[in-house]
Amino acid sequence: MYTKLLFELSKEGREGHPLPEIDVPEKEITSLIPKEHLREKSADLPQLAENEIVRHFVELSTLNHHVDKSFYPLGSCTMKYNPKINEQVAALPGFARLHPEQPLQKAQGALQLMYELQEYLKEISGFTGITLQPAAGAQGELTGLLLMKKYHQMKGRNREFILVPDSAHGTNPASAAISGFKIKTVRSTASGLVDLDDLKAKTDENAAGIMLTNPSTLGIFETQLKEIRRIMDEVDALMYMDGANLNALFGIVRPADTGFDVMHINLHKSFSTPHGGGGPGSGPVAVNDKLKEFLPVPVIDKDGEQFVLKEDLPNSIGKVHSFFGNFAIFVRAYIYLRIVGNKGLPEISKHAIVNANYLKAKLKDIFEIQYPAPTMHEFVVSAENQKKRGAKALDIAKRLLDFGMHPPTIYFPLIVKEALMIEPSESESKEMLDAFVKIMLQINREIDDNLEVVTGAPHNTPVRRLDEAGAVKKLNINYFKHRQ
Amino acid sequence: MSYWTNSEQDLREMLNVIGVKDFEELIGNIPEDLRFKGDYNIPDGISELEARKLLESLAGKNQPLIPFAGGGAYDHYVPAIIDEISSRPEFYTSYTPYQPEVSQGNLQVMYEFQSLICELTGMDVTNASMYEAGSALAEAVLLALSHTRNKKVLIPSTLNRRYKKIIETYLRHTETEIIEIPHKNFTLDLSFVQKNLDDDVACVVVQNPNYFGFLEDVRQINVFREGKKALLIYNYDPISLGILKTPGEFNAEVAVAEGQALGNPLNFGGPYIGLFSVKENLLRKMPGRIAGETLDVDGKRGYVLTLQTREQHIRREKATSNICTNSGLLALRAAVYLSAMGKNGLKKVAGLCLQKAHYLAEKLAEIPGISLASDAPFFKEFTIKLPVATEPVINKFMEEGVLAGVCPDRENMKNHLLIAVTEKRSVDELDQYVKIMKSVVT
Repeated sequence: MYTKLLFELSKEGREGHPLPEIDVPEKEITSLIPKEHLREKSADLPQLAENEIVRHFVELSTLNHHVDKSFYPLGSCTMKYNPKINEQVAALPGFARLHPEQPLQKAQGALQLMYELQEYLKEISGFTGITLQPAAGAQGELTGLLLMKKYHQMKGRNREFILVPDSAHGTNPASAAISGFKIKTVRSTASGLVDLDDLKAKTDENAAGIMLTNPSTLGIFETQLKEIRRIMDEVDALMYMDGANLNALFGIVRPADTGFDVMHINLHKSFSTPHGGGGPGSGPVAVNDKLKEFLPVPVIDKDGEQFVLKEDLPNSIGKVHSFFGNFAIFVRAYIYLRIVGNKGLPEISKHAIVNANYLKAKLKDIFEIQYPAPTMHEFVVSAENQKKRGAKALDIAKRLLDFGMHPPTIYFPLIVKEALMIEPSESESKEMLDAFVKIMLQINREIDDNLEVVTGAPHNTPVRRLDEAGAVKKLNINYFKHRQ
Repeated sequence: MSYWTNSEQDLREMLNVIGVKDFEELIGNIPEDLRFKGDYNIPDGISELEARKLLESLAGKNQPLIPFAGGGAYDHYVPAIIDEISSRPEFYTSYTPYQPEVSQGNLQVMYEFQSLICELTGMDVTNASMYEAGSALAEAVLLALSHTRNKKVLIPSTLNRRYKKIIETYLRHTETEIIEIPHKNFTLDLSFVQKNLDDDVACVVVQNPNYFGFLEDVRQINVFREGKKALLIYNYDPISLGILKTPGEFNAEVAVAEGQALGNPLNFGGPYIGLFSVKENLLRKMPGRIAGETLDVDGKRGYVLTLQTREQHIRREKATSNICTNSGLLALRAAVYLSAMGKNGLKKVAGLCLQKAHYLAEKLAEIPGISLASDAPFFKEFTIKLPVATEPVINKFMEEGVLAGVCPDRENMKNHLLIAVTEKRSVDELDQYVKIMKSVVT
């Protein structure tokens, strides 16, 4: 009964939280604030007992799929296990109760943690400068693009466009647009790499740079980085790396060594901080010497034994976060890095890559693989063949739900028809991968034997297929506008 | 060994199935000259036990003080149920609800959160959250620029400087003219607004209560807006709306806030949560995710992400924003907070802040040499003028374990102090504050 809306459960006169009584002499409110500043009527917030609130949210929670329950192979999202120690240390009062305006001499531990995290991330990426401010990957992209813009402006030119491959995440062109760039889309070759001829044809003196995800969203390592660098250098354009797939590169490649000038790093992907049902994440941006002077302020630095903030960077692009970024996420990523350590990092990528290749080897007889290049930490299969037999990628995804598995990312990247983008991460056991394959085999059989069970899926979930078009047509996004 | 699952034996079996002799063969396509051959200069891995001790020692180097500081981050009480609920792995280890059938928990919470913020603010629609107030305000200004196609924006000098800097960063590459509205005695100079609010203005931003804690005359600004295209972007304090007039009542087109105060710890500045609401007619220009109600094939009520054609994963460079991951878990916490407070509780919390802040302000103003910076009304935060420089005062308070407040980030305010008082501050703490202040300034 508690899955009803909060507002439906609400009952006049119930109280959810014992509040303190006033301990200073109380004055008439209107003697403190003139009436014209006061709201006319109280917000009609729910009235519920604490126990009812707990039951409501606990019952809602049970309707979610989550990493701690089962397989969650959402491609390019790196749904790896979130170590529990992360949560406990992030809640330490010395971190959680720290006010961001606290004088720095009483916040040295926090600054030290940020400084060391920066050093580790610089080491992993190979870059020489970094900011932790961006609150998520997309804000990291925006920050990186603004740095690139500044680079060109400092050279007295206004570069117009960014080159983005057709396999890119939607955030790449969106971030480029919000940074004031036009977008030129570059084709991929039949083997899933950047089409160099197309790139050359589209690169000119108006190019600010290229945004590449490496490994790409196809899970393919871009082997032509030297050539791409050469093409960019001809017009002094820059190379941005979308670090969404950094989990594949530990111990194998450092992005800065491969020609990139700037990248963002998703702490909530590669560094095990939880995804929180859609955030908060964290998207630090690392840069080489070309872009260092433009980083957002403040920059965390070390002055002898003291950790300090430097605000005085005349060429800085400014600020992208009110304070220092998502600090409590830094704490989680930091302890993860300390526990995993220098030897553990390469193991992470190795296990992630073996898991993906193993799954691909087991699925390649069922599904078509349109880009047959070596796979890193994720791969994309096509359900074209299944579609011809009556079940689209969407149907297969929905049928997976009946077996307690979260489906892969579907219909992305856009260049693969009926795409299923699968990223198992290093967290999954061989047994889990085998179980997933077994279910996929069964679904593949069902398409021929019992199509309706697939096209009508899911059957065992809290709700079944939802009318998304109806949600737009009869838009209800605010209970209070719609109650009778 | 840490956090990966398979053993060396498992790996060998798997490599066998893949049909390669070793791992190196799997990545053999990566050109040699791109490979990283060294060892990371990162410490060796340690046990959980050692790591916990290490983190405890780092945390121990920070001394949490009793905060009388605000300036965008507030020490409100976080009810116990919030941590209990948000630490359920069903919530914190899930992700964006791409598969609504197995994400009804998150989707319903988003819908409830949106509805709660709408009811709190008197606005029509609210998205499922932004990163934090500064960048949310910047996106609000971008929305106003795109909606009105005007190129001038009025930004108050009484806005948190941190927010202003973010707005400037987001706008620097556009051809926007940012006009700063000066203040007179810590509230906006209305004659300047009247003079500058012409037909070319895209928006007027108002922070109310303003950065210095004082209330602005929004009604008058609205009078100047009449018949003009300029949108009102209203930056509020969600706790204050327990008693203060809402952005909806002030006819704001966009309402933005820092939602940290709704059940989230200070966390040295993040993660926080941007609250973003608009009037109905701006719905399709709004950034961010939105959950909507619908039915499943059996006619059962359920929730989905809706109006996604505004978003980057569909519209790419034509999207209303690039935002993807936002502050989902903090939206859950805000929803639990507002439920726990309820209709009467939020009013009571706001009342406690108001009364305690005024108690402290009055006592401080009795100290010779100290005065309130403005006689404008205030809610839980206010600025005082000291007879001495602020920085040594803050340092003295620190020795007593108290964070006295914030020295406003303004050149000419080195002897001003911005003080925030929440319901958490007991009368004893307030009296102690007064005592320390007396000893410091006399």
